[in-house]
Amino acid sequence: MGTLSLDRKLAILSDAAKYDASCASSGTERRDARTGGLGSTEGSGICHAYTPDGRCISLLKILMTNFCIFDCAYCVNRVSSNVERARFTVDEVVTLTLEFYRRNYIEGLFLSSGIIRSPDATMADMVRIARTLRTDHGFKGYIHLKTIPDASPELLDEAGLYADRLSINIELPQDASIRELAPEKRPETIRAAMGRVHLTREASRDRSHRGKRPATFAPAGQSTQMIVGADQANDTAILSTAARLYTGYGLKRVYYSAFSPIPDASRALPLVRPPLMREHRLYQADWLMRFYGFDVDEIAGAAPSGNLDLEVDPKLAWALAHRDDFPLDVNRAPRELLLRVPGFGTKTVNRIMTARRHGVLRYDDLLRMGAGMKKARAFVSLPGWSPRALTDSADLRARFAPPAEQLQLI
Amino acid sequence: MQVVVLPDHGWREAWRDAARRLAAAGIPPEQVTWTTAPGLFAAAPLPPERPLSAPRAFVDLADAVLCHRDPERFALLYQLLCRLRQDRRVLDNPADPLVARLHGLAKAVRRDSHKMRAFVRFRELPAAGARRRFAAWFEPDHLIVARNAPFFARRFADMDWTILTPDERADFIGGELSLGAGVPRPDLPDDASEALWATYFTNIFNPARVKLGAMRSEMPVKYWRNLPETRQIPAMLADSERRVAQMRSAAATVAPGRAAQISERYRAAMPKPPEKIDTLDAAAAAARTCTRCDLYCHATQTVWGEGAPDARLMIVGEQPGDQEDLQGRPFVGPAGDVLAEAMGKAGLDRDAVWLTNAVKHFKFKPQMTARGGKRRLHQNPDRQEIDICKWWLDLEQRFIQPKLTLGLGGTAAYALTGRKEGITRRRGKVEDTAAGPVLLSWHPSYILRVPDRAAADRARAQLVEDLTLAAELVA
Repeated sequence: MGTLSLDRKLAILSDAAKYDASCASSGTERRDARTGGLGSTEGSGICHAYTPDGRCISLLKILMTNFCIFDCAYCVNRVSSNVERARFTVDEVVTLTLEFYRRNYIEGLFLSSGIIRSPDATMADMVRIARTLRTDHGFKGYIHLKTIPDASPELLDEAGLYADRLSINIELPQDASIRELAPEKRPETIRAAMGRVHLTREASRDRSHRGKRPATFAPAGQSTQMIVGADQANDTAILSTAARLYTGYGLKRVYYSAFSPIPDASRALPLVRPPLMREHRLYQADWLMRFYGFDVDEIAGAAPSGNLDLEVDPKLAWALAHRDDFPLDVNRAPRELLLRVPGFGTKTVNRIMTARRHGVLRYDDLLRMGAGMKKARAFVSLPGWSPRALTDSADLRARFAPPAEQLQLI
Repeated sequence: MQVVVLPDHGWREAWRDAARRLAAAGIPPEQVTWTTAPGLFAAAPLPPERPLSAPRAFVDLADAVLCHRDPERFALLYQLLCRLRQDRRVLDNPADPLVARLHGLAKAVRRDSHKMRAFVRFRELPAAGARRRFAAWFEPDHLIVARNAPFFARRFADMDWTILTPDERADFIGGELSLGAGVPRPDLPDDASEALWATYFTNIFNPARVKLGAMRSEMPVKYWRNLPETRQIPAMLADSERRVAQMRSAAATVAPGRAAQISERYRAAMPKPPEKIDTLDAAAAAARTCTRCDLYCHATQTVWGEGAPDARLMIVGEQPGDQEDLQGRPFVGPAGDVLAEAMGKAGLDRDAVWLTNAVKHFKFKPQMTARGGKRRLHQNPDRQEIDICKWWLDLEQRFIQPKLTLGLGGTAAYALTGRKEGITRRRGKVEDTAAGPVLLSWHPSYILRVPDRAAADRARAQLVEDLTLAAELVA
């Protein structure tokens, strides 16, 4: 291992880190380097590059090491895999982070790790890297630490002092699949660790002022990731788990990661094409829960099979199943109902609410404000526009669903 | 006709100055021509300086729009400024065509600015003094260097840097920011870190999920020639099919020899439920991984009882709430506060009794709102869940052997006596059960929930009464 070059280690340990979907660098406190040090965080995150898989690079996302004593079937780094192994020193991670940062390649570091020796020993090394960046180098950029659920609470507490975001992966939506596919992980300790981060974070808010103050412990909150398609859980089960995690632990994000083939895969799992459309629909449903006032039962009600419709988005699927509620009068309907119109995003709805105070809105006004009228027109009425029979037409779904794929002769 | 000729540099300030004077003098937009081409028109002297105020939102909008390359931006902004003089609310109307158009220009500038913050790539230059030196070449769509330079100064404060563009430049030397005129594309020296960056870019890519459209829409090709990592993309794509095919066809390999041993050792050391439940501690350990009903995989953890293992009084509530579930302890939320206060009045010490719940897992329904609210709404456990969980309650009673069990609320009443109804008529009286005498009272969360203030006070007093009776009975 000592003979590996830095370049080779970086190749191995970034390759091993790419199955974590999160790369967010937003939503933390405001900091900058005017009073010393290097770096800044100013609210919105910055995506510095995009790879051909369409994912952004905001952070240097690496594993401290891909040696691991756990044997999670879905993971390329499990102990029973023959993948090439490497381990960074603390200095190597610190130097790579700072040098990449100075050249404006990244917003900061997302550090994760395989479990070496013990959960505590691993977590202590990760905390040391974050502490070195913050205290020895005055690094003000973003740090995301993936925490190890079985590590001691004291290490978790220290991690939150240096990191903007902490995350603990729930990995799979159902306890039974976690026990089966990740025998060293325990769902109850994963949830307890999330609960602890949530409580510590709430307690760190300064209460000497009126109102809710920003948290100083993990100011960008916590997130988690669920793998989609590695077990039999359907979309309703996945979204129910997500809703429980959001409400129970105040998670900022739940990431859904389509299980994709990994090198040296375990026999236990299907090596099929990753279900990218399913993943996309889950993200759309997640948005509906967080920003549009839909609850899981409503989304699931429009997906009787238990899985989301792959051909139309979940909001359109809901609207098609509730045509009696439409068309909606754009000039009169309350905000909560406007949010349910396919083609209207939260920004469009906010603009409609503001513009309504200035006068009656017409079709062209909506177009100018950026509303997606191709979808919305079947569900709204305005002066000079009525969908008439369109809302109830039998082929409405077919107008939105993609055309059936042409079969090829072979 | 009033002609205003704006200079090549400092046109933002010049526009603001001219617009303020013209608007204050009441010159209508159709009588003003704005140009950056000197000599084409003869500039007329401007009206005298007079104070003029505009909403903050207009100033922000103008700051962004003035960076746009659209030659009409000066006239459009002036038009809006004049309309604001008549109707200060016009800016709030997103349906107004002029406002919508200006917002469109501002959006383009903001997007370009964001991309500049993302896509500037510094290369290191040989240092002259103590500070390290870096330089970058960038080609933005709009005139955004002045707008963005302070961001880079706040972020890269401990190094000297220069950002060069065709129209403008920014220099940050020794902590001082200065702006200047653009330059032709310079020759910057190679930087060794770019090779490591390319390695990272290549390896963080997942070949099994190619989505070129998503990449191009967020990282438009027009920026690529100044992004060193994009040179890797053709080779990455050419190789991706092969890598995925290889992953699919590869047969599962034999695990390294040590793997089984490592797994065995770790799993042997993992906490396991006790084989025999013959003490209160063993029961607590076993309850931690209880899967007797479905509640366990929704809640955070089992909330076991706490207090004195030899307590003469056992107090049983309904089920853990939000706080109890997170902390793993009974009666630590708002209902716990009500109980603690009542116990204090009855002279009961929390440490001297055994506090527990009829159901050991939190049952709830997640509630999220469009305004960002995230809550877990308490749900009553059903009979089946109470029946199943009674197994644990029985064990607690058996190991603690309390002289009296105090049941709070309907759920505890049902669990302890087999009858759910009628706390109103049953409270304050001792009932005999197979597991010993049981006293019933209100659940403290009922006291919090009951809307009528007088009824709440009455229930609170009765809870104290019942706790006092319990204290006397076990004394």
